[in-house]
Amino acid sequence: MRWRYLLPIAVLAGLTVLFAFGLQQDPRLVPSPLIGKPMPAFDQARLGAEGRATQADLVGRPLLVNFWASWCAGCQVEHPFLMQLASQGVEIVGIDYKDTDEAGLAWLGRHGNPFRSLVADREGVAGLDWGVYGVPETFVIDARGVIVYKHVGPLDERVWREQIRPRLQEQS
Amino acid sequence: MLRILLLCGLWLAAQPALSAEAATAHDERYQYLVNELRCLVCQNQSIAESNAPLAQDLRAQVRRQLDEGRSDAEIRDYLTARYGDFVLYRPPFKAATWLLWLGPFALLAVALAVALRLLRSRPKAAPPAMPDPEQLRRILDKDT
Amino acid sequence: MIPELGHFALLAALAVALAQVLLPAWGVWKRQPQFMAAAGAAAQTQFALVLLSYACLTWAFIDRDWSVAYVVANAHSELPLPYRISAVWGAHEGSMLLWVLMLSGWTFAVSLFNRRLPADLSATVLAVLGALSVGFLWFMLGTSNPFDREVPVPADGRDLNPLLQDPGLVIHPPMLYMGYVGFSVAFAFAIAALISGRMDTAWARWTRPWTTTAWAFLTLGITLGSWWAYHELGWGGWWFWDPVENASFMPWLVGTALIHSLAVTEKRGLLSAWTVLLAILAFALSLLGTFLVRSGVLVSVHAFATDPARGVFILAFLCVVLGIAFTLYAWRAPRFAGQGELALFSREGLLLLNNVFLVVAAAGVLLGTLYPLLIDALKLGKVSVGPPYFNAIFIPLTAPLAVLVGLGAAANWKRATLAEVWRRVRWAALAAAVLGLALPVLLHERYLLAAAAGSVLALWVLATALQEPWRRIRSRRRFVEGLGQVPRGVWGMSLAHLGLGFWVLGVSFVSLYSVERDVRLSPGQSAELHGYEFRFLGIENYAGPNYDADRGRVTISRDGQLLAEVLPEKRLYRAQQSVMTEAVVDHTPLRDLYVALGEPLDPEKNGQGDWALRLYVKPMMRLVWWGGFVMVVGGLLAATDRRYRLARAAEARSPAATSEAMA
Repeated sequence: MRWRYLLPIAVLAGLTVLFAFGLQQDPRLVPSPLIGKPMPAFDQARLGAEGRATQADLVGRPLLVNFWASWCAGCQVEHPFLMQLASQGVEIVGIDYKDTDEAGLAWLGRHGNPFRSLVADREGVAGLDWGVYGVPETFVIDARGVIVYKHVGPLDERVWREQIRPRLQEQS
Repeated sequence: MLRILLLCGLWLAAQPALSAEAATAHDERYQYLVNELRCLVCQNQSIAESNAPLAQDLRAQVRRQLDEGRSDAEIRDYLTARYGDFVLYRPPFKAATWLLWLGPFALLAVALAVALRLLRSRPKAAPPAMPDPEQLRRILDKDT
Repeated sequence: MIPELGHFALLAALAVALAQVLLPAWGVWKRQPQFMAAAGAAAQTQFALVLLSYACLTWAFIDRDWSVAYVVANAHSELPLPYRISAVWGAHEGSMLLWVLMLSGWTFAVSLFNRRLPADLSATVLAVLGALSVGFLWFMLGTSNPFDREVPVPADGRDLNPLLQDPGLVIHPPMLYMGYVGFSVAFAFAIAALISGRMDTAWARWTRPWTTTAWAFLTLGITLGSWWAYHELGWGGWWFWDPVENASFMPWLVGTALIHSLAVTEKRGLLSAWTVLLAILAFALSLLGTFLVRSGVLVSVHAFATDPARGVFILAFLCVVLGIAFTLYAWRAPRFAGQGELALFSREGLLLLNNVFLVVAAAGVLLGTLYPLLIDALKLGKVSVGPPYFNAIFIPLTAPLAVLVGLGAAANWKRATLAEVWRRVRWAALAAAVLGLALPVLLHERYLLAAAAGSVLALWVLATALQEPWRRIRSRRRFVEGLGQVPRGVWGMSLAHLGLGFWVLGVSFVSLYSVERDVRLSPGQSAELHGYEFRFLGIENYAGPNYDADRGRVTISRDGQLLAEVLPEKRLYRAQQSVMTEAVVDHTPLRDLYVALGEPLDPEKNGQGDWALRLYVKPMMRLVWWGGFVMVVGGLLAATDRRYRLARAAEARSPAATSEAMA
């Protein structure tokens, strides 16, 4: 019968392990259910160019899809790093999320353009289908057009080195 | 506890999500749905409560799909396909959540069983260490 | 200079708190009365030092001392004086200081009132409280010193979070902390019982008033918090099942269970080990709440700015304190195993069932609150657990309590008979059934079975709450004589249960019959909701002390008769550039009419065009707060019952006199 009296300690031990784990996590990060699935279909105007862009244009080689906007502070933070990646030959497709074309192009004019191609998502329709909840968000797409990884928040050297580059290398 | 809203966008989010959308036939279902869907960028608010841009978009999306005649389940599926179960304030019943849904009731059953056994099979043998206060009270209150 | 004095006082308080642990511990160990007696003096000195420190921080706010980082972060030169004083607990560091002040204040009170307790028990209780003080002072000085200087000194502060600039928020946190921290006294008594092996009806009687007082403050704190959220957040909600709200609600549920099990332990000498466990758990959940709010492991609307170092410290502290407490429990509690008969159909049997439901409800809330973390830890994805879940489990787990409360009050201790209980409650049951089923018809056009069930339960609770005082009054020949014979403890219980009844009634109606509407109105236009006509007359601007406001003017009428004119506001706080909604409510006991001002919809017209407004009609909203306040009054009445004061005197003379004093 005495085991009953040990129950509180057991519960405390369990909770401690749980909290010790919790302290190392960011509870605000929401994993995407799209990982491992083909990227969602879209059909949007190009930004600063004629014609339409669709998901078919992005299939065939590994690349990054970056959702950004001229009004987004985090995008300015990651921008120099995107420029650096672009100069190393990484293909990045930029989707300008809930923005006007003029503001987006002007912003790129000021800060430089790291994007191989540009898509305008004026109403955030593509963003909704991709499950975007806070720009900047970066998706890693493999050669088959499948989403293999998603990063929320400004991209940096560490995320690139530890998460993204290995996944891109796996593909090529 | 002190209630402090943090992080960007929350000042806005603290405001009531007011929108003068025209009332439609689906008002009741709309209210029900938006109150059970979580705004992903906010700290812990439904999309009905938040005025964050994403919550506005999601509300508009719910409204549109209702107008298109979609069922509640279809709308929920649409959102979970994009944002995962995280978007649902009412967690779906499945392998990962059966403990959540059944746990409290299982615990109640166990606790009731323990309590009832305690109540039924109480040993009467040991005499109380203290004089029984209830008896004393009765004696003292005899005049009542 | 003043901030340094405050900082120094905290350091000195830490040293004194250490003495408050070590001296009496040595005294109890070696049976040295003079060492035991040192605990009281140390407790009083510690309180004086923490009070001095608190006064220093308050002075820094009053004086607008921008050299103190915490003042800079939470005040502004234009912030009105009352809010500068309440800004002391506006963020993490200062609220921790308030917490420590409350803890040393409770300890101080214990040192005053415990003079008549057995010396070793009193010394142990004060040493345990001292150990808690050591932990929290160390935490503050190590990770969250409110007296840190800001270099260079800025010209002005960044202002207090505008959400906190509200009268509700001035009193809500101190009351809540009084409750949270107050459970530390019950905790210390529990530890003392485990150490000394003394666990009897006398122990329960010493612990009861402290616990009931802490419970009353916690009830008040939660009620005020709910009332504040309703007014200040602007979307008409009053309870969100947010992790931080749950963090205050779980100790309340367990504390409520504790109050009831203490009654059994005091009257019958039963359930001792269980009562001790509840006393530990109530405080454990208070500590857990502190951890959840300040560590950032869960996403909450109300979280403090979080810092992993703080989380690690609190978690470590929580583990040490509860680890020791539960180990002591596992070692010593088996010897308290009960003696005497415990019949199902008796007051103590029904109180045991009450405990089962309350504790399981608390466990359910805990499970729901931590489940997202658990799922994440097991790599099963991320889920949200929100109000739909909590309502779904909480209502079935607690509805039986409403039935039990009426039976429990009508049942005798030891052994009750069904016939006798039925004779006592039959009129209450009949009235509750008839009136309760009719109430939704009388008040609303739409009949909802859930509302009928809620009102039957509520009326049952209300009608039976008066049972015991009524029986005691009738037992005397003259009414007035009988009235004087009812002890405060009984009035307290009766009032607290009345409060519960009001609360159930309010919750049932407001959650089932509330209606809301978002409207777009231009000046002069009106909108109809549930038979009320809301006419928007227009907007005027005015400048508050530290904000600029748009103030709307709305008249509410029904059947052409003017009921009220209300002035909802939208405020832009200048320093933080943040917008706040000041919703307004016109209320009667039967309904709240709630108006919140949204955004201007014609920005080019500079506020003179259309506006968005949100309107609510919420039936019986007031009863939810009233219920809370009535419970508080009941708790305070019960805590000041004459027998506790007599008991202390009697106990000092001889332990045998105990039972006499109870009568």
